[in-house]
Amino acid sequence: MTVPVTIRIQDADFDIAAEIAAITAGRTDIGAVVSFSGICRGAEGDDAVAALTLEHYPGMAEDEIGRHAAEAVKRWPVTALTIVHRVGRMLPGDNIVLVLAASSHRQAAFAAAEFLMDYLKANAPFWKREERADGTRWVEAHDRDDAAAARWSKD
Amino acid sequence: MKVKYFAWVRERVGLDEETIEPPAEVATVSDLISWLSARGEGYAFAFEKPGVIRTALDRTHVRPETPIAGAREVAFFPPMTGG
Repeated sequence: MTVPVTIRIQDADFDIAAEIAAITAGRTDIGAVVSFSGICRGAEGDDAVAALTLEHYPGMAEDEIGRHAAEAVKRWPVTALTIVHRVGRMLPGDNIVLVLAASSHRQAAFAAAEFLMDYLKANAPFWKREERADGTRWVEAHDRDDAAAARWSKD
Repeated sequence: MKVKYFAWVRERVGLDEETIEPPAEVATVSDLISWLSARGEGYAFAFEKPGVIRTALDRTHVRPETPIAGAREVAFFPPMTGG
């Protein structure tokens, strides 16, 4: 059976319960759904963050996520995947990203969700800009995100 | 070829996209960055640390030594910070 994969990049918020219901409806082969949601923080260290604006490369962002979703399907016995990434301006407490990985058993679902998030952070073309009291600035990439993605590499 | 700029690269260049026709001796991504840097102050500022810039050719990540021949769309951007 082909594994259903849903990838969306959107301005609008998402509803985690509705997204889980959408992948489990009418199926009895799913025994586990792991969900990861990334949420806009109100502070970065000691500095308050008033808002985040996310920009992406339309087309390439979907392609990159799709490529990694296909890789996750090859590597683990997942039975459904959903990745939703928001773009535009977000306030503290707002949802930014959702990854759902479904499987018969929990191990594959946990692994696929973590793999997808690590690769998404390191390779998917999205950029964040923070608004703080002293102005706006682009968030700098962390080496630790590249390292997190690299640990899944097989070579 | 079409060139797209994202995040602070876009802000420094002052454009989100443009169409360019680099001369034949501009063979690789790295050559293209040098050629663009010479086009004006905004470009020079955007590419002042070429090692930081990430490049995609036809929406696939590539390295500085990758040839650009045949590419229809090249994109320059900072390291990704999504998720």
